[in-house]
Amino acid sequence: MLSKGLKRKREEEEKEEALSVDSWWLDQSHPAVAQTPPTVASSSLFDLSVLKLHHSLRQSEPDLRHLVLVVNTLRRIQASMEPTATLPPVPMPPTAPSVADSLLASSDAGLSASMASLLEDLNHIEDLNQVPQPQADEGPPGRSIGGVSPNLGALDLLGPATGCLLDDGLEGLFEDIDTSMYDSELWLPASEGLKPGPENGPAKEETPELDEAELDYLMDVLVGTQALERPPGPGR
Amino acid sequence: DIISTVEFNHTGELLATGDKGGRVVIFQREPESKNAPHSQGEYDVYSTFQSHEPEFDYLKSLEIEEKINKIKWLPQQNAAHSLLSTNDKTIKLWKITERDKRPEGYNLKDEEGKLKDLSTVTSLQPMDLMVEVSPRRIFANGHTYHINSISVNSDCETYMSADDLRINLWHLAITDRSFNIVDIKPANMEDLTEVITASEFHPHHCNLFVYSSSKGSLRLCDMRAAALCDKHSKLFEEPEDPSNRSFFSEIISSVSDVKFSHSGRYMLTRDYLTVKVWDLNMEARPIETYQVHDYLRSKLCSLYESDCIFDKFECAWNGSDSVIMTGAYNNFFRMFDRNTKRDVTLEASRESSKPRAVLKPRRVCVGGKRRRDDISVDSLDFTKKILHTAWHPAENIIAIAATNNLYIFQDKVNSDMH
Repeated sequence: MLSKGLKRKREEEEKEEALSVDSWWLDQSHPAVAQTPPTVASSSLFDLSVLKLHHSLRQSEPDLRHLVLVVNTLRRIQASMEPTATLPPVPMPPTAPSVADSLLASSDAGLSASMASLLEDLNHIEDLNQVPQPQADEGPPGRSIGGVSPNLGALDLLGPATGCLLDDGLEGLFEDIDTSMYDSELWLPASEGLKPGPENGPAKEETPELDEAELDYLMDVLVGTQALERPPGPGR
Repeated sequence: DIISTVEFNHTGELLATGDKGGRVVIFQREPESKNAPHSQGEYDVYSTFQSHEPEFDYLKSLEIEEKINKIKWLPQQNAAHSLLSTNDKTIKLWKITERDKRPEGYNLKDEEGKLKDLSTVTSLQPMDLMVEVSPRRIFANGHTYHINSISVNSDCETYMSADDLRINLWHLAITDRSFNIVDIKPANMEDLTEVITASEFHPHHCNLFVYSSSKGSLRLCDMRAAALCDKHSKLFEEPEDPSNRSFFSEIISSVSDVKFSHSGRYMLTRDYLTVKVWDLNMEARPIETYQVHDYLRSKLCSLYESDCIFDKFECAWNGSDSVIMTGAYNNFFRMFDRNTKRDVTLEASRESSKPRAVLKPRRVCVGGKRRRDDISVDSLDFTKKILHTAWHPAENIIAIAATNNLYIFQDKVNSDMH
């Protein structure tokens, strides 16, 4: 309760002026500041950082440096807003969100959890894309990357309709992909060659077993056929 | 288009620029001639070509920008010139050749069927100079993240490319294979707190390279020590100044550029507010620190809001390693003389400099006494940033990229290096 009241007071006083008085904690002539390093941030700086983080994550391919710097700054601000000094300044241990819950608005805790799981998802995406595609010999020293196409990309895991961060794991990855392509009669497994026709039975069953090479081939084919004829698929 | 990189070749005869549209423009220095003393050693356009095109990654529905992030020249080994140019994902090796003769007179018989005099058959005739550029190698699919640096090794056989989390070693002749020599990607991406911001090979020791991080540290690595250089040989880091701590301390300490001195003894780094000179033999702190625009220290919050605090400025040494240069805002750039400890602020803009006029030093006033031509901090134009600068390897000639204009300044009075 105490922290809530404190926060509200700060908001009322500093909301308008937060950005123009940004030097108050750096002003060396200010006696209080000279002795004590800044320990409390205005909540508007926190909001600004959260906004930046959201904006950064919404990019189709976020600037990793920008993202990391904003996240680290946000963590610093978050840490300084907690009255207990025992909390580690480099957080995201699993217990941090629950502690933060009692002090900050619930959206922040959700943010922390979403951020953590989002970054975890980045991990999964890359592992997914690095399914081995040996096109070159393994060199003895170091790790050969060869002809693998390791594109992390697709960091935009936000569902199209929702405005909040994705936190339902890997399944959310594929929400945006139009799977009607896979189910259409134009698609056939590579081994059977390509011919249009109402043979979508095997196609549907084999979709989950697509590997990287078939996916690449599929995309090439789809782009080719899409250029030739535009089938009226349900949803684009 | 907006210039995104500037680089002199090893002799300074050629100057290459890359832009946001994927184009490379090469300038050549005209040889000095007595006939036109005013155009002594000035740079003219030599060649223009499209290096990278926008690409589309169909699998992830992502467009890959064609913006040229870096250009590096290869040391010249024959009549042709070669350079590496890179965008976010793909590095290309370009060969630039000249053609000033063409064969003429192939046929042995003339129009009437009579044999031609053999001495006139197939001779090389002079023609207008034609500069031909061709892509010789394309190094693709080596990077998951965005490439921020490339650097040619002193062995002239290999080069490295660095993205946010990894550094790869390539052989200039082999495109389907590269070796990963640094990998700072954590096992869990949620533990990611630091990225690679720049990297460069040592100018003389082909086994040494340095890379900088977003936390302000430099790591010198020795490729002889291990195949994977995750463990540094030396770590250069300056402890945080407690009196200057703020929430933005980390952001402003992020190193945006690192350059070895020509001697190989020092390194130059640029972070948001300073340039620092490091001695390779001392890891604890830089030996010199120069304030580029300390008046911005009290404005960090608004610069954070506008994202200006994330701008990445480059830095450069002069040929004798006695002067360092870097860009700033308002089309200003700064030069620091390491010996005299004097510094100067100059402006690269059409309004303030006519061709061949002497540049006037500028001053930013922070309050207090203000001279007539001073600019106040609040009237600085933060959209006019000089991020890319280059210094001729031997002479006092500098190239400054100001958004979509290229300025080349020469010091005619002091042509020799001090």
